[in-house]
Amino acid sequence: MKLLILIPAYNEEGAVGSVIKEVRAVIPDVPVLVVDDCSTDGTVNVARESGAKVLALPYHLGLGGCVQAGYRLAFELDYDYVIRVDGDGQHDPRDIPAILEALEREGCEMVIGSRFLNGSGVHSGFLRALGIVFFRAMLRPILGRPVRDPTSGFVGVNRTALALFSRSFPLEYPEIEALVVLQRKRFRFVEVPSRMRPRRAGRTTITALKSLYYPVHVLLGVFVNVLKFEGRRK
Amino acid sequence: MERLLNVMAVFSLVMAGLVLASVRRAHIRVEYSVSWLAAAMALLVLSRWRGFQEWFARSIGVGDPTVALLMAGGAVFLVVLYRFSMVMSHLKDANIALTQHVAILEFRLTSLDEKIQPR
Repeated sequence: MKLLILIPAYNEEGAVGSVIKEVRAVIPDVPVLVVDDCSTDGTVNVARESGAKVLALPYHLGLGGCVQAGYRLAFELDYDYVIRVDGDGQHDPRDIPAILEALEREGCEMVIGSRFLNGSGVHSGFLRALGIVFFRAMLRPILGRPVRDPTSGFVGVNRTALALFSRSFPLEYPEIEALVVLQRKRFRFVEVPSRMRPRRAGRTTITALKSLYYPVHVLLGVFVNVLKFEGRRK
Repeated sequence: MERLLNVMAVFSLVMAGLVLASVRRAHIRVEYSVSWLAAAMALLVLSRWRGFQEWFARSIGVGDPTVALLMAGGAVFLVVLYRFSMVMSHLKDANIALTQHVAILEFRLTSLDEKIQPR
């Protein structure tokens, strides 16, 4: 079983080092790949000094393009599972074994680390919490089942999903659209409890203006993906 | 009315001239100039062809041929913009794929370099 930990990062020099060290403390023998989205700070150097391999994008692609680059490399290198951990320190690497265990046990294509399943460590602002409630309600009929944390970036995928995502992955704000892409292919996902912590350093890329644009973009992306809908798993 | 038609005709000629000059200086690639040149020619013909203007105005239920002409001009530019949105989307997709490909190749080259470095 080949597992890769994928850390997308953009200007995260203040947090990425400790994230890598925490990951290595939890699963010492698993390779860690930082995908640097053309950071302008010292993210690449910090990641390398902390013992991670770095896939450095020569041009800023945004989160989706950054994550997809990691998925592509993992697929080319024959990895069986990839678990994505954000580079800002909000995801607790101690939850990685639970995600891996669920991937292996359930045989599903994706496992989502959900901050709402055990109710601990929820660090969402009011607008984000409102958005999550809205997207939960919107996704329920599309997915045919509830999803508690549709915006979580703490996800593990198996090789089947890796093959799909390395070809086709939403480019901006990918988490919600990725669920619809999975459903379109009749793939399955499960959620496991995970802890969410405050961001260690740096700033979120979702500014006030972008938080207005975010739901519009995601809704349009979901709508387009539903139009391409190929059937629902029974 | 006549003045507006003349302005449109001059505008379309100026636009065609600008596009041709840009193509000559390689600021616009030939394949992307075709849409603008076609739009400029369409505007020129529409502004000079009185019979067509009146027929077109009647067809879309507009009393004034000038208004109909402006609507037709707007529609032509919308089509051009739509085409360019498609071109830009394609270019962005290609750009993303290339960026990822370059990064992956560089990663694999670096890994290879590390493997064959003398110890």
